[in-house]
Amino acid sequence: MNGYLSQTLCGSLRGTVASRLLCGFFLFLMAGLAACTMPVSETAAPAPESQVLVVYSGRNENLVAPVIESFAAETGIKVEVRYGGTSAMAATILEEGSNSPADVFYGQDAGALGALAKAGRLQALPEDVQSLVDPAWVAADGSWIGTSLRARVLVYNTDELTVEDLPANIHDLTNEQWRGRVGWAPTNGSFQAFVTALRVLEGEEEAKAWLEGMIANDVQVYPKNTPIVAATGAGEISVGLVNHYYLLRFLAEDPEFKAANYHFAESGPGSMVNVAGAGIVDSCSNCEAAEAFVRYLLSQEAQDYFLSTTHEYPVADGQVELPSGAVPLDMVALPEIDLSDLEDLEGTLALLRAVGALE
Amino acid sequence: MSKLLFVPMWLRPQSRSGQARLPAGLVLPSVLVASLLLLPLGYLVFRATGVEPHVWRDLWSPSTLRILGRSLLLVIGVNASVWLLSLPLAWLVVFSDLPGRKLWTVLVATPLVVPSYIGAYVLIAMYGPRGLLQQWLEPLGIERLPSLYGYPGALIAITLFTYPYLFLGLRSAMMSLDQSWLDAARTLGQSGWKTLGTLLLPVLRPALAAGSVLVSLYVLSDFGAVALLRYTTFTSAIYLYWQSSLDASAAALLMLVLVIFTMVLMGLEFVLRGRARIARTHAGTGRTVTTVRLGRWKYAAWLLLGGTVFMGMGNPIIVSLIWLVKGLAAGATLQPVWQAMGNSLLVSLLAAVTAVLVFAVPTAYLAERYRKLSARLPARAAYIGFGMPGIAVALSLVFFGARHAPWVYQTVYLLLLGYMVRYASLAVGPLRTQLSRINPRMEEAGRLLGFSEIRVLWRVTAPVARGGLLTGGALVFLSTMKELPVTLLLGPTGFNTLATRIWSATEEAFYARAAAPTLILLLVSALGIAAIFSGEEL
Repeated sequence: MNGYLSQTLCGSLRGTVASRLLCGFFLFLMAGLAACTMPVSETAAPAPESQVLVVYSGRNENLVAPVIESFAAETGIKVEVRYGGTSAMAATILEEGSNSPADVFYGQDAGALGALAKAGRLQALPEDVQSLVDPAWVAADGSWIGTSLRARVLVYNTDELTVEDLPANIHDLTNEQWRGRVGWAPTNGSFQAFVTALRVLEGEEEAKAWLEGMIANDVQVYPKNTPIVAATGAGEISVGLVNHYYLLRFLAEDPEFKAANYHFAESGPGSMVNVAGAGIVDSCSNCEAAEAFVRYLLSQEAQDYFLSTTHEYPVADGQVELPSGAVPLDMVALPEIDLSDLEDLEGTLALLRAVGALE
Repeated sequence: MSKLLFVPMWLRPQSRSGQARLPAGLVLPSVLVASLLLLPLGYLVFRATGVEPHVWRDLWSPSTLRILGRSLLLVIGVNASVWLLSLPLAWLVVFSDLPGRKLWTVLVATPLVVPSYIGAYVLIAMYGPRGLLQQWLEPLGIERLPSLYGYPGALIAITLFTYPYLFLGLRSAMMSLDQSWLDAARTLGQSGWKTLGTLLLPVLRPALAAGSVLVSLYVLSDFGAVALLRYTTFTSAIYLYWQSSLDASAAALLMLVLVIFTMVLMGLEFVLRGRARIARTHAGTGRTVTTVRLGRWKYAAWLLLGGTVFMGMGNPIIVSLIWLVKGLAAGATLQPVWQAMGNSLLVSLLAAVTAVLVFAVPTAYLAERYRKLSARLPARAAYIGFGMPGIAVALSLVFFGARHAPWVYQTVYLLLLGYMVRYASLAVGPLRTQLSRINPRMEEAGRLLGFSEIRVLWRVTAPVARGGLLTGGALVFLSTMKELPVTLLLGPTGFNTLATRIWSATEEAFYARAAAPTLILLLVSALGIAAIFSGEEL
């Protein structure tokens, strides 16, 4: 069949025997590929598609795979997970359009969830799911829900500093004594949410002045949280503005790691709380399982897991015991702010560009 | 000497077929594959049409010019240092009498497989202001090393993980040198240095041009290393902006600026490569080059080879071992990586074979044997994909796959196409260099002797082109081994490779879990290249 095909298609071509041969080889390969594709796609989905829940996870496999596995074990629902960066996974759903195989998007920052919601790609969660958590952690339109919390902290080098040396609020970081000693990550989603909170709580002018003050004070720029924590522990910088749980990962692998977390003494944007969250994709083909999955993330079992293993704070009500070393959230001077107050990411990006923190 | 042994040959009417129509049998597959490789370009244009007006305003700002300038500075710097490193390295493994040159070749080529974000992280861990080196020097009273961040760090990191592009191309070009040319030059009374200028450089020109373009495009497309080393380039700025805004239209428009850069570089390659083709025209057979005795210079040679291998492979190995030991001591758990290793090897070998046979062979033959501009375009189409950040390639194929070809979406086939888009260009350069070394008159002579076309290809062309095929395959293999964004977005759901394992672990500071896949990646890749190059000996 292949031989005949290549003869009729390539034999009619002008040119040398060699080129005809190449053409034949090419067609043969194409035909081979086509022939192989079909059985593969058939065997790839033995179960009817609606039985498989497809999760696109921007959260790391090392962090959330156990939760997803226990969901599958408990419900008997077969789960397929595609892992990637939070932005990349959200962008994938946007590019896939209504053909997206994804049923659930599970991401680690509100920005990507917000972008999907804004594009109309998340469907509203049922009321009873929304009511499982404090309304502060649910999107205004109910399209996605926070599943665990991460606090903004100041990580500091314990060789150089003690708690008494640390500033009471973020504004003190613009003082001369911190020149060149502070690390930040202006391109990071959690940092940007913090700047949005700063704008909401203290006003546009104050936010601008703080950013400019930090830049004038030679703040050190890193691409994300992990390198800031690494640099702080090494003593490259003295303090860094990060999410709280990265340090706990470093300590898990190196108990001698020379850094600790500090929650600002004064309430303010410096100690705001970010969420990781999930939403059901509008084009879901297994929407019921998707809902069950979101519900499971809010269950006592999953919340316990986040607290003990990923070092995040639980979002659902319930009494849980904090692991040693973690500061209970009610001891932290939290600012009065809701997720729905943090929707103006564009304004924050524009401000960061205007002051030169982003290029 | 009445007969010239060597004449630079202007290719213009190189063969009768050079003036004839292009053979459809070559054009058809070339154009087909090339147009598949241009899919991402179509996607960028489509997305960019939806851009909001304020993005245009932002584009025409001094800040854009500044970061473009910074990208350009890095391109120039990296090229300079890659040339300085690769020329002597390639010369040593081809011409010198050092023992174990084959082994050195493999070791010197392997750093290409280190993902740039790992390479940058390792450099900081070793040589950062408070890195391992500083800790070792601390007893001497050194509190802090000079900062690695910014231009110097980015330059070192990218040089270390791109020089193999040029090194491998140069090596393959040098190996096809004919000793009789060198002898002729010597008989004519040329000094060693003069031979370098009049013979060696012209002969190596295509390889230098092809390698430099690859290195430059890599610099333009990378953001992992420059972001960690805190040197903002055009691409890292686009990427980081896109990451937080998810504004695909704005990113697409900016990416098109990058594509224009790529095209300028392609033009530069054309100029650098020159129109001259150097091939043996005299009767008789060529001789492989004789080795040069290094004498006392061998110590310098050891130092250069050893130093390069240490920086390229030694550093990642040391840092991985430290991760492993510290992590295990603190009770970290490891994960088996055999399946990931199998997947990595499988897709990388598939990608290498497909890139060479399906893309490079027809397009390179077309480009080298026919003078028309249109004959050279298909070979160049592949550069567009190599100059784009992987995430852009991946998302464009997500767009086409999910919307227009759901039957291949999230299968190995679309994944392979993604690898082709990114890396097919790597296979073309070395093959073209080798093809240019074959005197078309030899092919004609074969035909005159009554050999069939196939027999000419098989007996005359293929043996000489073999080295180019293998080198191209090795480059694609190594690059695919470390590929991340295309693998994550286009692979079958749940598909793991060594690169995705390493990324996933380092992303959340599970360093002990990143160690094993990193070490295995280096080992398996070194073995892979050794296997590929063992095919050089007939």
